[in-house]
Amino acid sequence: MGKVLMKGNEAVAEAAVLGGCKYFFGYPITPQNEIPEYMARRLPEVGGTFLQAESEISAINMVFGASGSGARVMTSSSGPGISLKQEGISYLAGAELPCVIVNMVRGGPGLGNIGPAQSDYFQATRGGGHGDYRLIVFGPASVQELVDVTIEAFELADRYRSPVMILGDGILGQMMEPVEFKTAKIKEGPDKPWATTGAKGRKRNLITSLYIVPEELEKHCLKLKAKYDEISANEKRYESYFTDDAEIVLAAYGTTARICKAVVDRAREDGIKAGLIRPVTLWPFPDRPFNEAADYARAFLTVEMSNGQMVDDVRLAVNGKKPVYFYGRTGGIVPSKAEIYAEVRKILEGGAR
Amino acid sequence: MEKVFTRPKSMTDKPMHFCPGCTHGVIQRLVAEVIDELGIQEDTIAVGPVGCAVFCYDYWDVDFHQASHGRAPAVATGVKRVHPDKVVFTLQGDGDIAAIGTTEIIHAAARGEKITCLFVNNSIYGMTGGQMAPTSVLSQKTTTTPAGRDKNQIGYPVKLTEMLAVLDGTAYCARVSVHNPANILKAKEVIRKAFEVQLNKEGFSLVEILSTCPTNWGLPPVEAVKWLENNMIPCFPLGEYKVAGEVQR
Repeated sequence: MGKVLMKGNEAVAEAAVLGGCKYFFGYPITPQNEIPEYMARRLPEVGGTFLQAESEISAINMVFGASGSGARVMTSSSGPGISLKQEGISYLAGAELPCVIVNMVRGGPGLGNIGPAQSDYFQATRGGGHGDYRLIVFGPASVQELVDVTIEAFELADRYRSPVMILGDGILGQMMEPVEFKTAKIKEGPDKPWATTGAKGRKRNLITSLYIVPEELEKHCLKLKAKYDEISANEKRYESYFTDDAEIVLAAYGTTARICKAVVDRAREDGIKAGLIRPVTLWPFPDRPFNEAADYARAFLTVEMSNGQMVDDVRLAVNGKKPVYFYGRTGGIVPSKAEIYAEVRKILEGGAR
Repeated sequence: MEKVFTRPKSMTDKPMHFCPGCTHGVIQRLVAEVIDELGIQEDTIAVGPVGCAVFCYDYWDVDFHQASHGRAPAVATGVKRVHPDKVVFTLQGDGDIAAIGTTEIIHAAARGEKITCLFVNNSIYGMTGGQMAPTSVLSQKTTTTPAGRDKNQIGYPVKLTEMLAVLDGTAYCARVSVHNPANILKAKEVIRKAFEVQLNKEGFSLVEILSTCPTNWGLPPVEAVKWLENNMIPCFPLGEYKVAGEVQR
């Protein structure tokens, strides 16, 4: 199949279908409405079910029921709606149920606005809901990458029995780009002997996150930690762009990373050795390339559409070896190439401290 | 010697955690008897609540989902959509279904979701220690209405079964009680009917079951049964509220 021109939101929906998603439960919220609308048309064609829930809370709990019943299932939302889903996401993590959750991030806090933002990074990468858990979080930077990570997300969700979040933004969801669907055949999930299917010829299955005895809950939490350690060891993804000899390393993900790439190109034209590390997984965070670059780069500049969230992870990875600066725009404002480049020059001309 | 009475096949032999005089255990048993009689143990997936019935999976030997507080009808919806040929039911208390989970139950009913919801109404929060429930009756003393439920301050009990009866998606809903043997037998018939409505794919079904809470009502078991009869039934009249698409009463 060749390339087709598609909007990010529709592409993520089609990718989910190819990834084996048979059930979608969601609630309308801008800027992600094309996802449920696409699923409403598309899922019946592949023998699946689309259901518009009465709230994001209900939608995530329908996801819980469908996932526990063995299905590949997805929900999508944005900012405020993802906040509403957090209790359910905690239950999914606790009961070790696989699913894929898309957040096309909008401006916050509160009702905020429908402009693009990256201000849900903390919520996505720190667990978001109550309790000690993590999500695998992807931060794709193009419609093509959105497609690729969505298909992979269903595989990882089943492999690790964990919710996986795709953290996009309003631009990624709304923009059109050529994409290629490299998966020709609709994928199917693995056998799930733990799922509730009716206890015919086997002992009954129990889907729960309740461990009333502290020793048992601690055992469960340690089992989850071992799983998160395994994910950390195996699933860190990133892209390095001109970092080998970089004096200044930019750090950005998603839409902001695309602008930063243009900044690196511009800087190189001017003889400035700039580079970019673009995390593709936001959790687990690819800390190694940052730590290594800290041995030779003079400084780091993290750029986000927020007041500074991923910058914390960059600082942890750099671990005090070199200064880590931050530049951000918020409220639905996208930082411009000129603004970021001015920051690069300011840091270098001021001398890295 | 011939065995004339034993636990239902779809019930485990785990001792129940319910307080002495609480009728919750009777309800659990009735449901297990119905599952056995309909021969659906291997085709049933249950969804449990948060509250006193949170451990009901310990007693029913069927596939089971433990839902978050109030969301059992949404979880059951997800289960049923994946397994439309299985019998899917929820067990929920009054706080779970008629306070925090009001949205989920109303919309599951409105969709005509082919699930059965069993609603245990004991007019108080049991698990958390006796706070006011959405179904606490007027003047009822609880730890959060120490002077009694005052309609001018906190309003009136929620009559969920009556509310659901007017929704087109509800195929069957009824209110029963388990405070004496005659009502226990009646309750079992109604629970079976609700499951049959689901098996016949008629739509959404719900049974509200009035139940005692001697511990949090502060009454001995026999007094609790009388309290239910004298205070709950007048507020929550027993009967079928919707049968075969017809709103009753």
